[in-house]
Amino acid sequence: MDYLDHLEAQAIHILREVAGQFERPALLFSGGKDSITLVKLAEKAFRPGKFPFPLVHIDTGHNFREVLEYRDQLAAQLGEKLIVRKVEDTIKRQRLQDGTGKFPSRNALQTYTLLETIEEFEFDACIGGARRDEEKARAKERIFSIRDEFGAWDPKRQRPELWDLYNGAIRKGENVRVFPISNWTELDVWNYIRREKIELPSIYFSHERECVLTPGGQLLAVTEHIHLDDTDTRVNRSVRFRTVGDATCTAAVESPATSLEDIIQEIIQTKISERGATRLDDRASEAAMEDRKKNGYF
Amino acid sequence: MHLLRFLTAGSVDDGKSTLIGRLLYDSKAVSHDILHAIERQTRNKANGEIDLSLLTDGLRAEREQGITIDVAYKYFHTPKRKFIIADAPGHIQYTRNMVTGASNSDLIIILIDARQGVVEQTHRHSLVAKLMGIPHLVVAINKMDLLGFDEQTYYRIAADYQRLMEKLGIENATFIPISALNGDNIVETSANMLWYEGPTILQHLETVEVENSQEHPELDARLPVQWVIRPGTDELHDYRGYAGSLRSGSLKTGDRIRVLPGGQISSIKSIEIGQQEIPEAHAPQAVVVQLEDDIDISRGDTLVLAQDYSPAVTQDLEADLCWMHERDLRVGDRYLLRHNSTSVRAVVKEIRHRVNVHTFEHEQVESLGLNDIAQVRLRTSKPIVFDAYQRNRATGGFILVNETSFDTVAAGMLHEWIAEPLAQADFAI
Repeated sequence: MDYLDHLEAQAIHILREVAGQFERPALLFSGGKDSITLVKLAEKAFRPGKFPFPLVHIDTGHNFREVLEYRDQLAAQLGEKLIVRKVEDTIKRQRLQDGTGKFPSRNALQTYTLLETIEEFEFDACIGGARRDEEKARAKERIFSIRDEFGAWDPKRQRPELWDLYNGAIRKGENVRVFPISNWTELDVWNYIRREKIELPSIYFSHERECVLTPGGQLLAVTEHIHLDDTDTRVNRSVRFRTVGDATCTAAVESPATSLEDIIQEIIQTKISERGATRLDDRASEAAMEDRKKNGYF
Repeated sequence: MHLLRFLTAGSVDDGKSTLIGRLLYDSKAVSHDILHAIERQTRNKANGEIDLSLLTDGLRAEREQGITIDVAYKYFHTPKRKFIIADAPGHIQYTRNMVTGASNSDLIIILIDARQGVVEQTHRHSLVAKLMGIPHLVVAINKMDLLGFDEQTYYRIAADYQRLMEKLGIENATFIPISALNGDNIVETSANMLWYEGPTILQHLETVEVENSQEHPELDARLPVQWVIRPGTDELHDYRGYAGSLRSGSLKTGDRIRVLPGGQISSIKSIEIGQQEIPEAHAPQAVVVQLEDDIDISRGDTLVLAQDYSPAVTQDLEADLCWMHERDLRVGDRYLLRHNSTSVRAVVKEIRHRVNVHTFEHEQVESLGLNDIAQVRLRTSKPIVFDAYQRNRATGGFILVNETSFDTVAAGMLHEWIAEPLAQADFAI
């Protein structure tokens, strides 16, 4: 068996455990390649039946238009329920401080909307597309990750996770984040997308785009969500997105890659990690991700 | 391309993190931005050259204390294979983490500091390797550079270790002299130890026969049902698919099967993956099976071949147990027992003995504490379907869960069950 078959079998196994162990699970869908892969795996796990969970999108309001179109089209095509909750509404309701500055990020604010949504629908498990190779705090997180009523991750109180036995039993108020593709790398995801001929939002492929050079030397798409002035350098470049998140904190990479084959070749040769190349939010400190997770972040 | 999952066992100063860092670094699995971050941290700590162990210690507390607390998973590949490393801490207080990392590993690298030789913790690591049934064992004798790459030291330690293997009943091991710090015999053959003619660590990892822990063709089919698919639509009104992962063996269309623990018989109408029909499925594939007969099957039931009487079906269990919780275990305690796709209640009937992890002597005890390894007897509220762990790792392991906190408190490895003639008659066709 090829290693992709092993990874696929493990992920399907985990999705079915979620279905078997929880009352009200949900699949967190961002429109990025990892959650699109999860949807494909859910089809393999549950078709010809319906998914035993809805898709949930936490909409930061800073999304790329192409991704939102893709999301709606996919949900319609699948015939599955899609729940959308907006960070904008949480900001108003909870009187939160919106992101400020030139590149106002709502990355941290998403957590508030996620927790509100979990409470509203009483979700006991949220499936997400996080991978352990993304970041070193994630490398330590369990596939079934127990969160307290504040959504907080406590790395010191993690349950041992053995064989393919997942313990999803929780107390009232707690919930579980489930990561079926924990053991996949970025390259594995791309190889799987190619093998399964999965369609992706167009921004993953090379296109001309007006960008701005950030102080850190990264290329950020010019959108209505960022506030530029005369000191900023606007450039037109052939770019693609290696990861898709908030338009204000997910940088593009210069690339001529127009096919999955090209992208896979680029990733094999690149010397910069996925998050390092594209995320403005992890650079704050060595433990930025660990700290966010302790506060309920995905 | 095949997948190999392996575990490294060593203590704080054995150079375990350095070995992993070296494998990742030399196989170019480390990105530039991550190396820069490590360089920055190394400077903060003011101890000279790049500290490769920083690649694996992901939590703030780990970096602050300079130790590995939890199991971390790391990924790399070479043109020949894809690897998943479970990096588990070596100290005695983290035995449970090592057991966790070992549960899914096909191979273990036990590190020995050449200056120290076989020590107490080597005994413990080897016991865990044996208990967890890891198919391949590598003994890496590290820090050879500090002993002038001395051949005699290497052979003396290897001979010592072989005595330990005999004691534990471990049959095979591969010995490799290395210096993780300098990269000797990690990826490239060392020019400093020309007397050693075996493979480097990476060469061995790339070529060792992977009998993937879940792919034993000689074992009989075990399909625990996780989920029943019933679309209930007009065109699929009668569709009933039993979804689950084949834990061992294989199943094909037309096979006569038996449902355990109930004992009903039917045969396989179809096997599907992703709605594509396949004639035959092999472990560890995740499949959907339809049967010819309409019988009552739900999550927790296991499908086996009708003529196969080898699986145990019983409420009385004997097992090796690794206790993983601060609150101790006593006879009479009740837990939830999770095994395959089922969860039942269990009561501790007896602690046969605790194993001294350093001398392997059996000790009589009243209770088990964190990181203890013991042999126990349990009784469950309903029969469970299993195979002895040492024969079938995929169906012989279970966990115990605290009934009120829901913490996972123990890992168990089931022993052989001798079927009573009467019990087997119950399942006759």
